[in-house]
Amino acid sequence: MTDWIQACDAEDVEQEDVIRFDHAGRTFAIYRSPDDEYFATEGLCTHEKVHLADGLVMDEIIECPKHNGRFNYKTGAARGAPVCVNLKTYPVKVEAGKIYLQLG
Amino acid sequence: MSATVAANDYRPTKRDYSLIGRDAKRAVEIGLSAAQWYHTDVARKQMKELMKRDDSPAIRDTLIWLGVLILSGAGGALLWGSWWCVPFFLVYGVLYGSSTDSRWHECGHGTAFKTQWMNNAVYQIACFMIMRNPVTWRWSHTRHHTDTVIVGRDPEIAVMRPPDLVRLILNFLGILDAWQAMIDMVRNASGRLSASEQSFIPEMERHRAIRVARIWLGIYVATIALTVYFGSLLPLMLVGLPRLYGAWHHVMTGLLQHGGLADDVTDHRLNSRTVLMNPVSRFIYWNMNYHVEHHMFPMVPYHALPKLHELIKHDLPRATPSILAGYREMLPAFLRQLRNEDYFIKRELPPTAQPYREEFHAQGKSAAE
Repeated sequence: MTDWIQACDAEDVEQEDVIRFDHAGRTFAIYRSPDDEYFATEGLCTHEKVHLADGLVMDEIIECPKHNGRFNYKTGAARGAPVCVNLKTYPVKVEAGKIYLQLG
Repeated sequence: MSATVAANDYRPTKRDYSLIGRDAKRAVEIGLSAAQWYHTDVARKQMKELMKRDDSPAIRDTLIWLGVLILSGAGGALLWGSWWCVPFFLVYGVLYGSSTDSRWHECGHGTAFKTQWMNNAVYQIACFMIMRNPVTWRWSHTRHHTDTVIVGRDPEIAVMRPPDLVRLILNFLGILDAWQAMIDMVRNASGRLSASEQSFIPEMERHRAIRVARIWLGIYVATIALTVYFGSLLPLMLVGLPRLYGAWHHVMTGLLQHGGLADDVTDHRLNSRTVLMNPVSRFIYWNMNYHVEHHMFPMVPYHALPKLHELIKHDLPRATPSILAGYREMLPAFLRQLRNEDYFIKRELPPTAQPYREEFHAQGKSAAE
């Protein structure tokens, strides 16, 4: 099991929004749902490698800013053309106001 | 990937627009395909506000669109046989053969409505009317946004160089477009996709394109059968032919999107045109006249594009003030491209704008001057 990596403060992510987190040459997207839950996925769209952190969060959906491809950020599931490949998701925990990701 | 060469320097001869041809391969090799594009800086908070989805503007516009479509079609049918049907069919034709260009487009992006089934429903209806296979065109438009006006990569370049002016004029009546669409439909219905279609439609999606083509073919065969059975052209006046007699508005506005501007650049300010228009055309066109803004930020719904324009216009060439002004700029460029296909219009940026990245249009710059 890999260690937990501290990513940012919980307050850095607005409700129903997403931010980018770069670590060890990789990029991730950290989401805060409308219910104040936190999630993380790989940071680039599986379609054309665009940063999802520039996209739009709607409920449990992240929409890619380039071609409007949609994913469920909680499960990583692709939700139809033009995205066909699911996003990888990562466990997230919040401790003392900090967000931690467990990176595989 | 990013392109670091003068884009126009690599082309040894005339442009090859084939999606599987020489320029397609070279665009990929030099990193001009799937490149990083210029974006005006917009604060995340403002962009989130602009991207926000809302059903109500599109529901209102769709009720007006379908309501007037049905009334004008009914009026034309009831007055069929007299000259009084003409104004009704003029309205019906534009709503059928032109409004559907923008409805197809906006709903394909999934931004018109907040509710996705509404986007999908209008998308399917509009695709049928404009005769664009909903699967094929979803993927071709994806490519258009990845590689906007990149020669050999963009399947939706309306005016290739040198311009085929006869083709452009005929398409104001949809003649060549609709004919090609029928050929594509019959080919797809027979279970086959062209090499170009296969170059941008993933394998897992191809069966959907074939299924839609078969359904559409059935509808057109039924319409033709009704025409023959009743001995009247009326069924075809309502289904199919409006794609011809009502196409003029979408061609008129569509040519302005990129016509006469740069190709093989990675800055939408160089290859796209924003044109201010009258409210009727904007309704028909669903604000796609804000075309630089749409390409730079495709997440922003059509109803928020005027606000986006106000926010970023300091960084864009001045909007063309009217459709007429757009044609006054574009048509002389088409004529010059007949003699020199490297010629294009390079639009001036205001002093407040970030400059163009000169490395992407070094040769084109001299052609434009």
